[in-house]
Amino acid sequence: METALIKYLCRFIKNKNTKTDNLILFRYSFTEWPDVKESSIEATFLQKSSRHRLMLSSLTQSAVLCVSVSSSHLLRLYERFESLDRENRGHLRKEDFQAVRELSMNPVGDRIIGSFFSPGQETVDFPSFVQVLAHFRHTENDRIRDGAQKEPANSTARRLKFVFQLYDQDRDGKISRAELLQVLREMLGMQVTEEQLQSIAERAIQEANQEANQDKDDAISFDEFRKSMEKVNIDHKMSIRFLE
Amino acid sequence: AGQLVKLVRCDHIGGLFQHRAGSGRSLPEFGLLLLVIFVLLEGSLLPLGAASSTSKSCEEAKQGHTEVHNFTKKAFPVLGVDYGHIKNPFEISLWVLLACLMKLGFHLIPRLSSIVPESCLLIVVGLLVGGLIKLAREEVPPVLDSKFFFLYLLPPIILDAGYFLPIRPFMENLGTILMFAVIGTLWNAFFIGGLLYGICQISNSDLTAIGILPCLLFGSIISAVDPVAVLAVFEEIHINELLHILVFGESLLNDAVTVVLYHLFEEFSVDGSVTVLDGILGVISFLVVALGGVLFGAMYGFLAALTSRFTSHTRVIEPLFAFLYSYMAYLSAEVFHLSGIMALIACGAVMRPYIEANISHKSHTTIKYFLKMLSSVSETLIFIFLGVATVDGRHSWNWIFVTMSVVLCLVARVIGVVGLTFIINKFRIVKLTTKDQFIIAYGGLRGAIAFSLGFLLKEDHFHMRDMFLTAIITVIFFTVFVQGMTIKPLVELLAVKKKQEAKRSINEEIHTQFLDHLLTGIEDICGHYGHHHWKDKLNRFNKKYVKKFLIVSERSKEPQLIAFYHKMEMKQAIQLVESGGGSKLPSAVPSTVSMQNIQPKNPPATTKPAERVLPQLSKGREEEIRKILRSNLQRTRQRLHSYNRHTLVADPYEDGFSDLILKKQRMMIKEMTNYLTVPAAAPDSPTMVRARLASDPQSYNMKPVSGGVPTIQVDLASPQSPDSVRLLDELGEADGKEQEKDQGLTMKLPGGSSRPNKPGETENTREQQKLTRCLSDPGPSADEDEDEPFLP
Repeated sequence: METALIKYLCRFIKNKNTKTDNLILFRYSFTEWPDVKESSIEATFLQKSSRHRLMLSSLTQSAVLCVSVSSSHLLRLYERFESLDRENRGHLRKEDFQAVRELSMNPVGDRIIGSFFSPGQETVDFPSFVQVLAHFRHTENDRIRDGAQKEPANSTARRLKFVFQLYDQDRDGKISRAELLQVLREMLGMQVTEEQLQSIAERAIQEANQEANQDKDDAISFDEFRKSMEKVNIDHKMSIRFLE
Repeated sequence: AGQLVKLVRCDHIGGLFQHRAGSGRSLPEFGLLLLVIFVLLEGSLLPLGAASSTSKSCEEAKQGHTEVHNFTKKAFPVLGVDYGHIKNPFEISLWVLLACLMKLGFHLIPRLSSIVPESCLLIVVGLLVGGLIKLAREEVPPVLDSKFFFLYLLPPIILDAGYFLPIRPFMENLGTILMFAVIGTLWNAFFIGGLLYGICQISNSDLTAIGILPCLLFGSIISAVDPVAVLAVFEEIHINELLHILVFGESLLNDAVTVVLYHLFEEFSVDGSVTVLDGILGVISFLVVALGGVLFGAMYGFLAALTSRFTSHTRVIEPLFAFLYSYMAYLSAEVFHLSGIMALIACGAVMRPYIEANISHKSHTTIKYFLKMLSSVSETLIFIFLGVATVDGRHSWNWIFVTMSVVLCLVARVIGVVGLTFIINKFRIVKLTTKDQFIIAYGGLRGAIAFSLGFLLKEDHFHMRDMFLTAIITVIFFTVFVQGMTIKPLVELLAVKKKQEAKRSINEEIHTQFLDHLLTGIEDICGHYGHHHWKDKLNRFNKKYVKKFLIVSERSKEPQLIAFYHKMEMKQAIQLVESGGGSKLPSAVPSTVSMQNIQPKNPPATTKPAERVLPQLSKGREEEIRKILRSNLQRTRQRLHSYNRHTLVADPYEDGFSDLILKKQRMMIKEMTNYLTVPAAAPDSPTMVRARLASDPQSYNMKPVSGGVPTIQVDLASPQSPDSVRLLDELGEADGKEQEKDQGLTMKLPGGSSRPNKPGETENTREQQKLTRCLSDPGPSADEDEDEPFLP
């Protein structure tokens, strides 16, 4: 229900076939985009269509929605989504992502693309697209989130988890040596020998184990990962101004 | 000569002053001070004799002249005295010597220097020296001559700042810095100038004669934050790098604004009229001055980089290229009245990465030390001269004008910073807090540049020049003394974040790089061309074209992570040795142990005989690696590494040394295994050949091998060790059986070449500390082979 609405919302804003006299103003909130300013959530809907009105009422009833995003941001993302979705299917495939030239040159590009697709799925629709990008939204530290039942996607923990899962391709909760090696290989390319990669991975794993004073398994667990990222200010690092 | 006598006498008294302050020190320091005084006494006696004998010889010459007609032959002078012809260099040397001795003296008194910033003390010394010269009724030499200041004193400081500019934080905060530097300075100039004019008009004294343009000119002189003063003070308060780069960056970049405003108002004040056209031309001129300066700098920077590509056969003059090109950039920019400071900054920043990849480690160390030395001396001299010039100059003290200048400077700065931050914070991810704003506002120190600009004013056009100079000096003294002295306690009081020496782990490095790629990817998906996107583009371009063009081929393909990893291994090895672990290093461990051979659980190595690895480590090599990593590691937004202009390397062992030892003892076995997991290159691998070439210019006749090998080479064996001699012998064979195999990541353990070290357990700690000191202090003993390579 919710996801469908976002789609409609964006289509309607996009199509701009709205007329001021028969518009109703309503508030729309989107869970993944925490923003306390409720006044910034304005979207316009056609009053004509009873179907939409129906949806509207059901939406306002769902009090779960406490956080919001300004429509302009959503609109921008939707525009981007549409430009990526060149065949206008309403969802994106892996090929659509790969068509972005810069992304195909990115050493970890495939992983990034993969993070948009939940396991077993071939396509990604706009809401999940937004949900992934929500990790990179900038947070205002000084603002108090009121009534957020769910931890927002751009909290430090969830950001870490997101990055961790980019490493942890088999999703078994730890970065195995093979997985780490794979990442290193992607990032360093052809310039280094396998032996060097091996020793770096070896070292990284040992170090992570040591730092967290944890078991000496041959992998990096999430806790160990978090520990080694403590000094990296991930909140500032993983913020894109565009998504503010 | 008489003038010099006085000068020297002042030196002497300066030495006495130092002596007095230094009394109560330990014996060796006391002895040093005595020596200093002795030197100065000697210095003061010589010119005395010189003065009398010069006049005598003059008389003799006259006599000789008359005697020519009498055909009497004058005896050949066995000992002649001609002070006149060494006068200038001698005086300059004396000044420099005074500056150096003062600097030395202050560091002997830790308590004093912890309260009062060095810059203040130096000004006081300058005042004393100036006062003494004046007391002796001698003419004070025109020390802070503007020409001398801008041509010789300023460039070293700025080049040092530009060369060691922390690029990453600088670029990340460029918007903010530019905002402060351009808009902030403009605001300051017009606010101060305008209000001063108003005040001058309503006051009933003779101030009413001052027009609006001279006021604005004064405003533009006094509004610019001074890089020299900022550096001197900020270095001592160890503020976090964000604030440091904001204030310091502003002080560097506002030069263009100051130059344009200064020339503009100076011109108009003489002409007396301003039109709209002039205003527009002023704006255009600003763009030309700023961008032109940067362009000149970048051009010379690239030239320097290109030149350094071909210097592999003449390592000795390598450092000179870096200095000459940047000085040329400065001078060329000054020819067109462009911003010389911007040119120097651009030149230093542009040439650094390429030059460092090209030149040898020793040359790099030379550049570093030379820059530090020059800038340090320049800075000292500037502050001393500022003091001397204060005593010397004619002053016309006007209470209203002077006090209002000080007050307006403060007010304008505060309003400017708060107002601009309000705007800037809307665009910043990391917001500037109120504390930050306070420090930025409070750190706006004025300095010698303002004084020199004021000094440049022509008396015949500006009859109020003396008053201006007095006001400028007062503002400078106020900011340097009051603000400079109180900023340190305030920083502590407000608990402003200090800089943190960050020790990075390999994991962090991997993840940070990963995050960079990730963010670039996400930005691409969003279609947002932001920070990461452009950085990525630039990196790609740099890697693809520029590096190939400017850097000796085999060095251009170095992946960052490998460099970092190498550095880590290096550091670990050093620490291992220092913490006593090295004494248990196996002497017979083959240097080419690969991970497959020794598994982590395999601890036989620890029982092998003792060995000391450390003394073989080339200091230059070690620092080189450290530096590469530092430049590569400025990757996060927040965790910014601070740098200190007068400290070459942050010594990782100084603080928490005992902690380190404890930790090391605990983790020794782990470390050992880490250490041994490094696969090393075969002795005759191309990388080894190059490493040797880089460190030893004498062997340049051997062709560097290009094999697409990563470049950071760490070999612990110094060229002196028998091991490496053997390697050198093998080099001949190496040419024949060149392998294209990538053996880049090599870590060479010294073979069985070093002397055994089996200190008793009690001595251990002291021994280690000695080692640390020896490692952190690049004295001649650290690498004794340093002087050899300078043979042709």
